[in-house]
Amino acid sequence: MTSNSKHFGLLVPIISVIIGLIAGAIIMLLSGHNPIEGYAALWAGAFGDSYTIGETIRRSTPLILTGLAVAFAFKTGLFNIGAEGQVIVGWLAAVWIGLAIDAPMIIHLPVAILAGAIAGGLWGFLPGLLKAKLGVHEVIITIMMNYIALHVTNAIIRNVLTDQGTTTEPIAGTASLASEWLQSITFYSRIHYGILIALFAAFIMWFIIERTSYGYELKAVGFNRHASNYAGMNVSKNIILSMVIGGGFAGLAGAMEGLGTYGTISVMSGFTNLGFDGIAVALLGANNAFGVILAGLLFGVLKEGAGEMPTTAGVPTELVDIIIALIIFFVASSYIIRWALSRFKKEGK
Amino acid sequence: MKNRIFLLFILVLTLGLFLTACGTETEEEGTDDNSGTETEGAEENTKEATEEEAASGDYKIAMVTDIGGVDDKSFNQSAWEGITAWGEENGLVEDEGYDYAQSNEKADYMPNITRFVRDEYNLVYGIGFELKEDIQTAADQYPDTNFAIVDDTVDASNAVSITFKEHQGSFLVGVAAALKTSTDKLGFVGGVDSPLIKKFESGFIAGAKSVNPDIEVDVQYAESFADAAKGKLIATNMYDSGIDVIYHASGATGNGVFNQAKDIKQNDPEREIWVIGVDRDQHEEGQINDHNVTLTSMVKRVDVAVQDVANRGMNGEFPGGELLEYGIEEDGITFATTNEEAMTEDIITTVEEWQEKLLNGEVEAPKTTEELEAYEDSL
Repeated sequence: MTSNSKHFGLLVPIISVIIGLIAGAIIMLLSGHNPIEGYAALWAGAFGDSYTIGETIRRSTPLILTGLAVAFAFKTGLFNIGAEGQVIVGWLAAVWIGLAIDAPMIIHLPVAILAGAIAGGLWGFLPGLLKAKLGVHEVIITIMMNYIALHVTNAIIRNVLTDQGTTTEPIAGTASLASEWLQSITFYSRIHYGILIALFAAFIMWFIIERTSYGYELKAVGFNRHASNYAGMNVSKNIILSMVIGGGFAGLAGAMEGLGTYGTISVMSGFTNLGFDGIAVALLGANNAFGVILAGLLFGVLKEGAGEMPTTAGVPTELVDIIIALIIFFVASSYIIRWALSRFKKEGK
Repeated sequence: MKNRIFLLFILVLTLGLFLTACGTETEEEGTDDNSGTETEGAEENTKEATEEEAASGDYKIAMVTDIGGVDDKSFNQSAWEGITAWGEENGLVEDEGYDYAQSNEKADYMPNITRFVRDEYNLVYGIGFELKEDIQTAADQYPDTNFAIVDDTVDASNAVSITFKEHQGSFLVGVAAALKTSTDKLGFVGGVDSPLIKKFESGFIAGAKSVNPDIEVDVQYAESFADAAKGKLIATNMYDSGIDVIYHASGATGNGVFNQAKDIKQNDPEREIWVIGVDRDQHEEGQINDHNVTLTSMVKRVDVAVQDVANRGMNGEFPGGELLEYGIEEDGITFATTNEEAMTEDIITTVEEWQEKLLNGEVEAPKTTEELEAYEDSL
């Protein structure tokens, strides 16, 4: 699904973001707000001082990882709508290990992070298995798996991790990604070392996809399942592998929230939306590991900066949501347009 | 070829899926027209505001909503009404002397709180138990700012915990429901299964059984405070199974309960079904043609509590580190009598008798499932 021209692939997301911002400006004008003030507030809200920069990075961290989760599965032609559920189980597993085990940091922290990744991977394994062996569509299963994850996690928090409470105890310090030092230089924002893990994960994805034969097979299956099968590749194995690794990335995103941002897990009254935003991030990043990093940062900036718009520029929060939705809309629609265009070109031949 | 069309189909489906995911969020908040006009108005007044504010003493207050949003027709809205009233009373202007920040997700709580701290607000309210950890953290980090948490407790010398005796109010509406029902079957719709909502549930059941121990109460949790569709589904099942009074303690999820009750009433105006509202007097929500399905509401005066704390803070008597519990006695809990047709004199008189018993300590409304069991055994 990648475009033939690399420049074209880079241009489309950038243009969509600009069109989205312009459309947002028009809406602000129409509703009697000053768009320049509005966007200035957005900028100040995301980069105004060290606190907001810290929070922007913190907010981008899980978005990059869920973006990778969706993008990775997409390379094999799979739609991982289940990143949401994989985030939740990853969060639960990481916090559980953080609470239950008593070990020095050098063991405890990696084990907790890995637990998150493995839990997310398992949550991706099941849809992958069903897809590969029985041909059940992964979109349907992953959506359902989201609900299973949400409600099972809530039940475990209530009955196992706490005594009918809503929030667990904070995890042991040895499993925490939070850093006093990073917090102190950013006016007590909740920035943590997770961003390094997110960047490393992006590197891993790039490495697997572009530099290993596994990655080549995964992509081949994505391009044409039947041809890959004919060429002697194990299609089932590749589908499962792709979902597991994608799920692992999403699980890591949950671990970042559990070990870095909150240090606890609470009963959730709805989805975290990290997984769903991940779909948009992957789309905006053109399913490319480095594109996903940029898209994740952009989403982090938009979401963090948006909080400042109502207070400083008087733009209602509702409008901010509309502007963000518009950007996603233009990215998504340009994607369809581009795809349709390439279809017509081919048919014309 | 087929595969490609299929892919396109999936793409459209996917797009639709997350557009709807984004859509519900905006829809929830989009219902309020006031906030837009209010902010606009405030913007125009900005210049006057700075002068005015300097005159009225520099005490500034702000609140951070939970996910329900400021227009949840429930306790966020009630808190905001209290803050608005307080601000107007003291000649302040929105965005200058008092303000709110909307939270769309859990990750928004902390940045919203911190923004107010850095804008030098003197008192920041966290509305709802979901903000407990964040208010606790903020209180430890910023000792010069005062904080208040509604519906939960925090432990800091610069923060006050505001809680309500919801079990008392729920007990009273339970009594009213038991007097009103003709099928002896009642329903309870909770938001998220948590110690707080258990107070509503236990009080309600205890109140109903105090009138008639044989009454059955069906308890369902929607696992969300913002899922009206789920609320409607639960209400459909309950009304179909012969339940005729539903008490909801579920924030915006309860709007679905009202919708279903109104739908039934629309199709069959003769059928006697009722909803009991929560937090605010939800009389308006129940209006359908000439009927009103809202029997009564368990009114939790978050606005009273919020104003009380703001006044104390302004006078330099901020009750830091204290746990304030607002009950019937403190005017923090009442029941609504707006629907005069449904809440007959007899019902009101009986409910007031029980209220008297609660006040003089003759009866103790249960707060937890264990206390409820003990209470039921004593009947």
